[in-house]
Amino acid sequence: MATVEYNKKEAFVRASLRDSIPRYKALLIRLCAVVISLIICAFLIYSITKINPLKVYQAMFEGAFGSVRRSWITVRDTMMLLCIAVGLAPAFKMKFWNTGAEGQILVGGITTAACMIYLKSLPTWLLFICMIVSSCVAGALWGLLPAFFKAKWNTNEILFTLMMNYVAIQLTSFFVALWENPYGSNTVGVINQTGHEGWLGYMFGDNMLFGQEYSLNVIIVMTLTVLMFVYLKYSKHGYEIAVIGDSQNTARYSGISVNKVIIRTMLISGAVCGLSGFLAVSGASHTISTSTAGGRGFTAIIVAWLAKFNTFTMIAISVLIVFLEKGAVEIASQYNLNDYVSSMITGIILFFILGSEFFIRYKLIFRKRNKEVQ
Amino acid sequence: MAGFISLFQAAVVFGTVIMFGAVGEIITEKSGNLNLGVPGIMYLGGIASLAGVFFYESSTENPNKFLCIIIALLCGFAASAFGGLIYSFLTITLRANQNVTGLTLTIFGSGVANFFGGSLNKLAGGVGQISVAATSSAFRTSIPGLSKLGAVGKLFFSYGWLAYVAIAVAIICQWYLKRTRSGLNLRAVGENPATADAAGINVKAYKYVATCVGAGISGLGGVFYVMDYTKGTWSNDGTIENLGWLAVALVIFTTWRPKNAIWGAYLFGILYWAYFYIGGLTRSSQEIFKMLPYIVTIIVLIVISLRKKKENQPPQALGLAYFREER
Repeated sequence: MATVEYNKKEAFVRASLRDSIPRYKALLIRLCAVVISLIICAFLIYSITKINPLKVYQAMFEGAFGSVRRSWITVRDTMMLLCIAVGLAPAFKMKFWNTGAEGQILVGGITTAACMIYLKSLPTWLLFICMIVSSCVAGALWGLLPAFFKAKWNTNEILFTLMMNYVAIQLTSFFVALWENPYGSNTVGVINQTGHEGWLGYMFGDNMLFGQEYSLNVIIVMTLTVLMFVYLKYSKHGYEIAVIGDSQNTARYSGISVNKVIIRTMLISGAVCGLSGFLAVSGASHTISTSTAGGRGFTAIIVAWLAKFNTFTMIAISVLIVFLEKGAVEIASQYNLNDYVSSMITGIILFFILGSEFFIRYKLIFRKRNKEVQ
Repeated sequence: MAGFISLFQAAVVFGTVIMFGAVGEIITEKSGNLNLGVPGIMYLGGIASLAGVFFYESSTENPNKFLCIIIALLCGFAASAFGGLIYSFLTITLRANQNVTGLTLTIFGSGVANFFGGSLNKLAGGVGQISVAATSSAFRTSIPGLSKLGAVGKLFFSYGWLAYVAIAVAIICQWYLKRTRSGLNLRAVGENPATADAAGINVKAYKYVATCVGAGISGLGGVFYVMDYTKGTWSNDGTIENLGWLAVALVIFTTWRPKNAIWGAYLFGILYWAYFYIGGLTRSSQEIFKMLPYIVTIIVLIVISLRKKKENQPPQALGLAYFREER
């Protein structure tokens, strides 16, 4: 009897930190998480709709890649999400929780729309310079404010940036009411519908680059992805960001001006998020509304975090999330459900991926059977 | 005067939703968990109570009002506490990042709620929008007699009873945090979990219970919103999400004291609806006025970081994970 009591003292299972894990194993664990979550989602969908889950995933695939046009829209939205995540990467690597991407996108979108409305008589190249520069500046300023207070007085940046989102949303509502077209519709409508002034796809007139409307989006975002990777990994700035992210005290001790780096990094982060606002307005919807950001500022946080700030990993995660979104919208319309089902599925899958990180960082040690018992 | 009364009434109804949300979040944050899933949790609470009552009301001819209320509250509390449980399991046991988990919970909650809110009736074979009139009227019963007392009655006694429960919950939470041994332990966990652990407090258990109960209380905000604010119907307009973030803002505004949430919530309500009662605003300038609650929160945030008064600071370990093995 005594041995039984002795056994009880050791926990049934305990976790211990892994020293390292081979890359394929980490990937396998993540893949398992995604597969398990997809199975759970399939059961959930089946219990609600009684639709064969395999058919559901087939329909999802059709929704995302069913035709050339659909594939390009999937690509466009992936690029948008990726752009925001790339913008968030430097801030998060510094452990500065920029939850304000949503607002930074919106202010970038507002200035882009303003340029499209008021400056459409400018030559095309000048108009695009105005749009790009103004959206970056607007986003950067939106990021600067919380960064300044964080650097000076250590004001909580999570809550500050979160509130800035709502200020931006109200600002957007203000401009939507100001620019509404037609009057009384409470929407801005498609801007420059006839002349396509300031539409990214029509930058070179009606001959679209590679014959695709969204090819420029891809080029811009991919360039940013590579640049950001190099910036974070190989530049002095990137190194400073990494040191501050690990320990502000170490950074200070080694002579890094923490305040300066915080402000500089947030300017960059805000500018890239502002640029995604430009992509959303000029490169995709050609209009502005409070749903221009559409929660992507928050989704991108998860993308950036899961990718461990590696901008190339972000591509894969963005593709997965946008695929789910498009697929769920397709199921919703095919089976007459509403498309919020996509948020539900995305949520479940992200829960599993988040949980799986534990099994990558830790290994579980189960209680060994005591020899004396045998 | 009439204008002020209706502004005050609108503010109280509005404030009650975010008061529940904020008081629940204060309890959660006092344990050191920064749960950014409040909007999602309020969504879960709202839709669960609506769904529970919907199935009950459609299964009987004469729904018992008392039972309706019990079902609504139980479903709402349980569903949102379940949201808190998901969050706790991921952040405490599986040690995932708190901010990311919270945001995911918001995405998940809004998806679940808007999906079922929009299609529950269709799935059950009905047409049109979901509506639970009987329960909603039970929730909106005000104190008989007192509500007819002219201006005083309108100002103080014209609300559904859940509005008074909110005040009671805030006072109880204040008392719990300040005056009980277990409240003291909870605060210790949020300030310095290592010290609390050394003192023999079960840190994990406190975090789990505080997060789940806190989420349950936040979820009651969703119940109140669905049953009282929108009178037992559902619309996919994202209002709960806005209110949820306002509740998070209110937590800062109260400097983590539930008693301040009472007047803070009503003040937010007045700020939010002020545009409606200020004459001569165009539709676009009304939107600027709606920024007020958020701007006030930002100012409060800056001021508390400027003054550095110890008793106004967030819990010291807020947002930081605690693992005994990794100190």
